[in-house]
Parts: sequence; structure tokens; C-alpha cells
Amino acid sequence: MTDLLQSVVNGLLIGAVFALVAVGLTLIYGVMDVINFAHGEMVMLGMYTSFFAWSLLGLDPLLSIPLAGVSIALTGALMYFGAVGRVLGRSPLAQVIVTFGLQVFLRGLAQFLWTPNTRTVPRPWAAGLRWEIGPVVIGGPQVIMAVGALLATGAVAYFMNRTRLGGAVRAAGEDPAAASLMGIDPRKMYALCWVIAGLATGVAGALLMNSYSASPTAGVSFVLMAFVVVAFGGFGSITGAALAGLLVGVAQGVVGLYAPSYTLAAALALYLVVVLVRPQGLLGTR
Amino acid sequence: MLTVRDLHVDYAGVVALRGVDLRVGAGELVALVGANGAGKSTLLAAVSGLHRPVRGTVTFLDEDVSGLPAYRIARRGAVLVPEGRRLFGHQTVVQNLLLGGYHRTAAEREAELARVYELFPVLAERSGQRAGTLSGGEQQMVALGRALMSRPKLLMLDEPSLGISPKFTKMIFEVLAEIRRAGTTMLLVEQNLRAALELADRAYVLQTGEVVMSGPADELAASDEVRRSYLGL
Ligand SMILES: Nc1ncnc2c1ncn2[C@@H]1O[C@H](COP(=O)(O)OP(=O)(O)OP(=O)(O)O)[C@@H](O)[C@H]1O
Ligand SMILES: [Mg+2]
Repeated sequence: MTDLLQSVVNGLLIGAVFALVAVGLTLIYGVMDVINFAHGEMVMLGMYTSFFAWSLLGLDPLLSIPLAGVSIALTGALMYFGAVGRVLGRSPLAQVIVTFGLQVFLRGLAQFLWTPNTRTVPRPWAAGLRWEIGPVVIGGPQVIMAVGALLATGAVAYFMNRTRLGGAVRAAGEDPAAASLMGIDPRKMYALCWVIAGLATGVAGALLMNSYSASPTAGVSFVLMAFVVVAFGGFGSITGAALAGLLVGVAQGVVGLYAPSYTLAAALALYLVVVLVRPQGLLGTR
Repeated sequence: MLTVRDLHVDYAGVVALRGVDLRVGAGELVALVGANGAGKSTLLAAVSGLHRPVRGTVTFLDEDVSGLPAYRIARRGAVLVPEGRRLFGHQTVVQNLLLGGYHRTAAEREAELARVYELFPVLAERSGQRAGTLSGGEQQMVALGRALMSRPKLLMLDEPSLGISPKFTKMIFEVLAEIRRAGTTMLLVEQNLRAALELADRAYVLQTGEVVMSGPADELAASDEVRRSYLGL
């Protein structure tokens, strides 16, 4: 029972990170109908940014959150203006090839520049924290990652659902021609989606350095979960992604308790069930 | 205010407009009529920048706007209420309206919103409702209100009465008359000819991509030829 409670708590904590990674993915899909296969690589670049902020400048991962967020936001803008924005309106296949190409390119670049070795920040500040609530033990890095991820996810949801600019982004996603009749430039809104996705993945990368290692393929497992989360929450729904992130985290945590080697399989099974039973996801509209 | 010269538009090789000339003077209400498929919507799409003309020019407020992207033309004050309304169905009524005033100051938006609610009180009641769940007539009010939010210099309307009840059509036309009294220039495409020609100063009759007749609205309405051959009355 204690074990179960512990794994539910662990699942919720890591689920928050899944949600943050999923937010940018679902945003880009919801607004532009583009699947960003290089999303995990954006997380990976965020992790490296945070790692080098520590190794070169001595910054704790918590302090490099703004730096990683801004760097990957710029990377997102570069990816949009340099590649994705150039194939808008072309066949979906062209867009797949472009984002998949970015994935291969960024992974190769990381391997070339920084070798395939894993890079770890030893003893981040958060590692010194630890809480015991009854029988449940909660590690500092897990709490810090979850709190940071929830705040960042909430900020993106607030921006999209409550601000004027966020409304314009959603309008451009729903009907770009109609949005342009309001004087809104849909392409600017698309670029903004990539900037926001970059911010979210950059922040996620820095948060993750509290407990994970950077490597050229470090983003893979998180983005796999994020794909499940996006489908589960409803393609394009940010609130759905936040909710689904937590649920997938818990599912993964609980399955991990009984069959540790099946956590990924469990998430993918959940994905299949969702796609078959409720194709539009929890809060999706299509 | 608006001058269209020798406008040619096609859809992947299929010709939709072949050399259209049209003018709308400041303060005028000009009607554009013609059978289904004549090219009325295409003309409005080309003027508003949704479609790039193959040849010809569109001059708005003494500037050549042909080939400019739609969002730039809208910001200059030529605003289209498109065919089929094209509301943001997932957003609420008030969100749709505010998007219409996207490029104005907060104070201007508030003032304009109050004016739209005055014209369409039912929209104030429905302000929190998702636009996609409204009836056709109410949706048309939102579409018109949304366009008014930007205080357009030229308001283009594509069949505002299409698919809505006579009661709502009457209401829409009353509002158009009121907007016009307030001095807004309008280019109106409309199937409801009686109503359109009654309201308009001048009219153009479009047939298979060409202007076949134009003149003062009352003359066109009285012309037997127009009634028979082009308007199917
Ligand atoms: N997206 C499109 N692709 C191809 N052809 C089109 C397209 N839109 C319109 N057309 C063609 O262009 C011509 C003009 O169409 P348009 O919609 O402008 O006519 P309309 O006068 O607005 O008709 P309606 O009264 O039915 O709205 C028609 O022959 C139509 O078939
Ligand atoms: Mg039409």
C-alpha cells in the first residue's frame, strides 16, 4: 500500500514534466497541424544548455532555467523561419520530412559537438532537499521539477486561454484566412507557437538536469511520453495535455511498481486504448 | 475609395473573373449581384487579399493594394464579412468580437463593443457562449459585429442573408441601413435583390466573371432586362 502510494506520488511528479513537454507539441499541432518530430531534441538542447551553464558558469540548473528557456525559444524561432515555415501549405509529408530531418540533424549535431557521452550536473541544489510525509518520501529534485513544470504549463495555458495574443494564436489555428481578415498575420502566430514551444522545452530541459543526464538522445523517452500525452489529452488541447500528463505519469509509476520493464509499454498501451476508444482524447474537439 | 481595374482571377487555371472594373466612392453603398458562380465572392476575396489576382489592380484609398496579404489590407480598413461567416467557433461571442478589434486600443475596443451590443442586444446576452453553438442568424450578427469592431472604412459583405430566417435578414438589413447612415462605405453581395437594390446607391451585375451591367440601383431594379435575364425575377 505504501509502495503504491509512493509510486502514485512519483508518477504525479514526473507526469508534470510530461505535461510541460507535451504542451509545445500539442500547441504546434493544434495551431498549425504540424507534428514536430524534433520536439525531443529541443528538450535535449535545453538540457545541454543547462549543463553548460553549470560547467562553464557554475550555475545551478534552477538558475539556468531562464537561459535555457530563452535559448531554446530562439532555437524554435530559427527552426520555424529556417525550415518549417518554408513548407507551410505543402503536403503533410513535406512537413513530416522537415521536422524529422531537424530531429536527425539536431541529434547528429549534438553528437558531433558534445560526443555521445552523458553529462550530469553533480549535486544540484535541489538534491539536498528531501521530505517525508508519513510513509512517502519525496526527493527535492522531483518536487522542484514538478513545481517548475506545473508553473510553466500553467503559464502557457494562461497565455493561450486568457490573453488577447493567445486568442489571436487560437484564431489563426482555427481559421487562418478569417484571422487574416481581422488583421492578424497567421505566420507570425505560427512563429510564436515555435517560440512558446521552445520556451517550454528549454525550461523542461533545465528542470530535468536536476535529476537526469544530458545526451544526444536524452529527449527521446520524454517526447515518447509526450506523444502519448498529446493524444490522450486531445490533440491541440493544452488543458487536456496538462491533465493527461499527470495521468500518464501515474500510470507509468504504478506499472513501474509491478513490472518495471513495462513502463513504456504501458504508456503506449494507454495510447492505443485512447486512440481506439476516444480518438479525440480527453478534452479534444476533433 | 475603392477602384478595381481590369481584374483577372483564376483558380488553378479555371477563370473566375475576366477583366472586372468597379468603383466604390466614399460613403456609397454599392451592390454586386449576379447568379450563382458569377464570381461575386471571388471579387471580394481578391479585393480583400485572400486571393491573388492574375492581372489588374485594386486601389484602396489611393494606394495600390493588389497582391498585399489579407492581413495588411484589413489593417488599412477594407474589411470583409466572408461567405459562410467564418467565425472562430471554439471561442466565445465576445472573444470573436474582440478579435475583430485586434489592432485597436483597449479603449477603442471597449467603445466599439458597446456600440455593437447596442446594434445587436442579443449578442450581449450571449457574450459568453461559444460562437459555434449559435443559430445561423446570430452567427451572422457576430460576423457583422466582428467586422464593425475595427471601424472599417470599407465594409464588404458576402451574402449576409444566406441561410438565415427572414426575421434575422430584416434585422441585418436594418443594421446595414444604420451603419450606412453613420457614413460607412459598403460593397454588398446579396442574393436578396429587392433588399439589396433598395438599400444600394449603385449596383453592378456580374455574369460569368464579367460586369454586364451597372448603374444606379433604382434604375437597375426597374429595368425589365435586368429583372428577366440576370436577376431571375
Ligand atoms: N476554391 C475554388 N476552386 C476552384 N474554383 C472555384 C473556387 N471558388 C470558386 N470557384 C469557381 O469560380 C467561379 C466563381 O465563383 P464565386 O464563388 O466567386 O461565385 P459567386 O458569384 O460568389 O457564387 P455564389 O452566389 O454561389 O456564392 C465559379 O465558377 C466557381 O465554380
Ligand atoms: Mg459567393
